[in-house]
Amino acid sequence: MIAQAGASFVNDLFNNFWVVLVIKAVLVLGFFLVAPLVVGYMEHKVLAHMQARLGPWYAGRFHGWAQLVADGVKFVQKEDVIPEAADRSVFSLAPAVVMIPYIVTVVVIPFSHTIYAENLDIGIFFVLAMSSVSVIGVLMAGWSSANKFSLIGALRAAAQLIAYELPLVLAAAAVVMQNGTLSLIGISESQSHVWNVAWQPIGFLIFLVASLAELTRPPFDMPVADSEIIFGAYTEYTGLKFAFFLLAEYGGIVVLSAVASVLYLGGYLGPPVVASLLPAPIWMAGKIGALSFFVIWLRATYPRLREDQLQRFSWLALVPLALLNVMVVAIVKIAVK
Amino acid sequence: MLSQASAETYYQSYAVVLAVLAAGVLLVGVAFLAARLIAPHRPLPAKLTTYECGIDPVGQGWSQSQVRYYIYGFLFVIFDVEAVFLFPWARIFERLGYQAVVEMGIFIGILAVGLLYAWRKGVLKWV
Repeated sequence: MIAQAGASFVNDLFNNFWVVLVIKAVLVLGFFLVAPLVVGYMEHKVLAHMQARLGPWYAGRFHGWAQLVADGVKFVQKEDVIPEAADRSVFSLAPAVVMIPYIVTVVVIPFSHTIYAENLDIGIFFVLAMSSVSVIGVLMAGWSSANKFSLIGALRAAAQLIAYELPLVLAAAAVVMQNGTLSLIGISESQSHVWNVAWQPIGFLIFLVASLAELTRPPFDMPVADSEIIFGAYTEYTGLKFAFFLLAEYGGIVVLSAVASVLYLGGYLGPPVVASLLPAPIWMAGKIGALSFFVIWLRATYPRLREDQLQRFSWLALVPLALLNVMVVAIVKIAVK
Repeated sequence: MLSQASAETYYQSYAVVLAVLAAGVLLVGVAFLAARLIAPHRPLPAKLTTYECGIDPVGQGWSQSQVRYYIYGFLFVIFDVEAVFLFPWARIFERLGYQAVVEMGIFIGILAVGLLYAWRKGVLKWV
């Protein structure tokens, strides 16, 4: 009797709209706080081994797995220095404006056809819109620091977003045309036979390159080029605020890897024949991990592009190619039908 | 017109977005509060000067700087508006058939010619 009442209470609890809402928010936040640390640790280790070093070793005893947790604890204890000349309120708000959009983006990322926070019907559009909010935070940081390096870095970051947002959006639009839906679950499900990358290899490359540039990752890291402008827009930041910028960067890698795997690599679906060997969330996590590894690998491989090369590459190569991709997909799609 | 039920699920799906947004704001707030309680606070005049490679800063931080890409900015706005038109079209063009493709071809063609013109005029240059 009591057990029954208890069971029905638990049932009621999980059917309550508000309870579910809180649980979802906590899980999304938890994912955002853990996954970037895993990618960050992977970056430490992968870069180290690519340069014949060991990387973090002592924290947490086993291969330094707790290095980034230790870093986080240390960041909280660091003095929060706000320069005299800075615009204090904007300076303090900027890290949040950079980081929060990436947290919100996690809402639409599916880990199986039942495991997701929400299946928004404008999924991919929502992701693209949210991911471009961050640059406003970077501009805020650069301007409010009242530092010449920060200002140059912020202006470069904005220029880079302007240039690479278009190829990113156009490549995503071609996927929407291919699959006839904007929902990330819908796009994943319609790749059950053939992944989109088989139809649109050029679109996949455009999307990868453009998302690297959006994240200002090497070789597109001119806005934070440490050999000439210190650390770009983040030069004046210390302690926790600086940590939030780093968290946003790695969170961005996770989010854009996830979106790229949904758009082109079948999302949570495994390769057609062997899909049933592993559960869907494992496939999804594996794909995010593989693409994140690729992003880190590029950092160890390519030198930085110069600013004018960056702009020319986007406007004269990626944008025309992406437009062409859209038209080819449209024509083929109609012709096949 | 949305029916009552579908309108409700529509708003409910965005409730999760709002909840996560609130969770993010809460995270930042709590973390800043923790840092304020834990971290030391000893401001010194030298510590609070603007960083300029260790020497005294020259002039103001908000010095005149050249925004090198305002024409890129214009181009971006044009193409971004195109992207907004492109998504609804991409969702349903298959149903509309070849006419829709031709129309979008003309639209994209005009933009591509515009980009070509801008390039030939030499404005796509980082000055």
